[in-house]
Amino acid sequence: MSLDDPGAETEAEEPLTPSRRVQETPPSGIRRFFELAEEMDDVISLGVGEPDFTAPWNAREAAIASLERGRTSYTANRGMRELRERIADDAERWNLSYDPDEEVIVTAGASEAIDAAFRALVNPGDPVAVAEPCYVSYDPGVRFAGGEPLPVPTRAADEFKLTPEVLREAGAEEAELLVYCYPNNPTGATMSIEELAPVAEFCREHDIGVLSDEIYADLTYTEDHASIAALPGMRDRTVVFNGFSKSYAMTGLRLGYAMGPAGAIEAMNRIHQYTMLSAPTTAQYAAIEALDSCGDEVAEMRKQYDRRRQFVLSRFEEMGVDCFEATGAFYVFPEVPDPWTDASTFAEELLEAESVAMVPGDAFGSGGDGHLRASYATGLEELKLAMSRLERFVEGAR
Amino acid sequence: MSDQSDDTATDGGHDDAAARAELLDLLCENARYATADLARMTGLDAEAVEATIADLEASGVVQGYAAVVDWERAESVTESEHVHALVELNVSLDRETGYEDIADRLAQFPEVQALRLVSGDYDFALEVEEESMGKVSRFVSEKVAPVPEITQTVTHYVMDTYKEAGHRFEETGDDDRLSVTP
Repeated sequence: MSLDDPGAETEAEEPLTPSRRVQETPPSGIRRFFELAEEMDDVISLGVGEPDFTAPWNAREAAIASLERGRTSYTANRGMRELRERIADDAERWNLSYDPDEEVIVTAGASEAIDAAFRALVNPGDPVAVAEPCYVSYDPGVRFAGGEPLPVPTRAADEFKLTPEVLREAGAEEAELLVYCYPNNPTGATMSIEELAPVAEFCREHDIGVLSDEIYADLTYTEDHASIAALPGMRDRTVVFNGFSKSYAMTGLRLGYAMGPAGAIEAMNRIHQYTMLSAPTTAQYAAIEALDSCGDEVAEMRKQYDRRRQFVLSRFEEMGVDCFEATGAFYVFPEVPDPWTDASTFAEELLEAESVAMVPGDAFGSGGDGHLRASYATGLEELKLAMSRLERFVEGAR
Repeated sequence: MSDQSDDTATDGGHDDAAARAELLDLLCENARYATADLARMTGLDAEAVEATIADLEASGVVQGYAAVVDWERAESVTESEHVHALVELNVSLDRETGYEDIADRLAQFPEVQALRLVSGDYDFALEVEEESMGKVSRFVSEKVAPVPEITQTVTHYVMDTYKEAGHRFEETGDDDRLSVTP
């Protein structure tokens, strides 16, 4: 691979020239849209990928108390044992069982865990199947690790669920790893254990490892979350990623974790110990408290999200915008309304005319074109206003 | 989308009791939600929302609707003061007079905003609202204290309110999230 050949084309480079790997990775498509939105006043943004709630007070208070007690040193590389124990206990509700000593690692957000997994498990040139549309970091993460992302576009007709058909169509039999996220950002799709079973079968048949990003596991509205790792034969080929950002509205505290077979977690810890050393200590104290006592707050946030979800879906239906019933995370993924065909054009014109920001679906990879991501992690009053403006905009063009 | 309503109709999640509980919860959150929005949020149709709320009102579950007001800020609007006091009352009962009877007399005063029987060092907790401290004092000394069963009153004037009916009284914090994030 010329990418890794230090002899090639280096002579003319200025000092501190970004590496070719970085140069070949385009900035996130979201970035451009963010800049457009930032230039305008009074934008109602349905483009936010984090909760509008604040972390539960108990968790914040525990973080403050830990600082008052002077708990400001590193923790064990893999995170405080107390926290890993609680994480392992908590996972039992998804029928997952992990040893807190060997099979759990606490990281600076699930993002760090996913990056560590790519770097720990991917060899140069390894094909990694990426179910798309998806969170924007998987494809670059695979590239940074030297792997070859293999996009697997899911289909609107399948409500953006992963199936053996789309895996086969994309040639994922060849993949070493499959990475996906359900409940899904950006589509809001979820997958039941029955729907995961054929995917698991495909992975067993073709000896593929699974990186299952379950960061939105607490935010499902029609049935409980299911993890592929709970299926027969999957535990030893799956790493599960989760964290506190979405469930507990703790995005800024940067705390996530991964659970998987001891060998994989040990490999990830090798990367983690040299790059991060340990996840933020203050956040670990907050996380212990979150798991101990903040279940009611999580339930309340889920209730609020569900109301907004139903509200937004109803409004889209009323204005004749096609949108499948998203059942998880805090996103819906409507189709670009007639007469528009291109999501970016629609999103830019909507922003310009009505100051409402929605992110074009193609920013999240293949399969997302012709769609828009609308986040309902925004107060109901703002959602109402945004929907009225959207309705006016769409009807004005018909 | 058309099978969405079918799903909710058959999953049993919106039977009468669940619908009543959900609407009650929503009204407590914001009694000014429009019927159409309540319908959108719950998956019920607008007629069912109307009927359920009417039933909650008729059966006395919902006693009324009121705004949560920060009176300190309202002074510029109403041009009058608003004094709030909590009054502890001790009472003596006899064969003819129970708590209910005393509560009945006290609750009829328009100055009384809330009246509760409580456990602990005193019997009734009374909330009084008036335009001045003087008026509160006169009300307690001239109307409440003389009630024969009342043996003691202790009046606490409210000096500042930080939170009321679940609403924190403070400058509403700006959303400091970035406007568009992955």
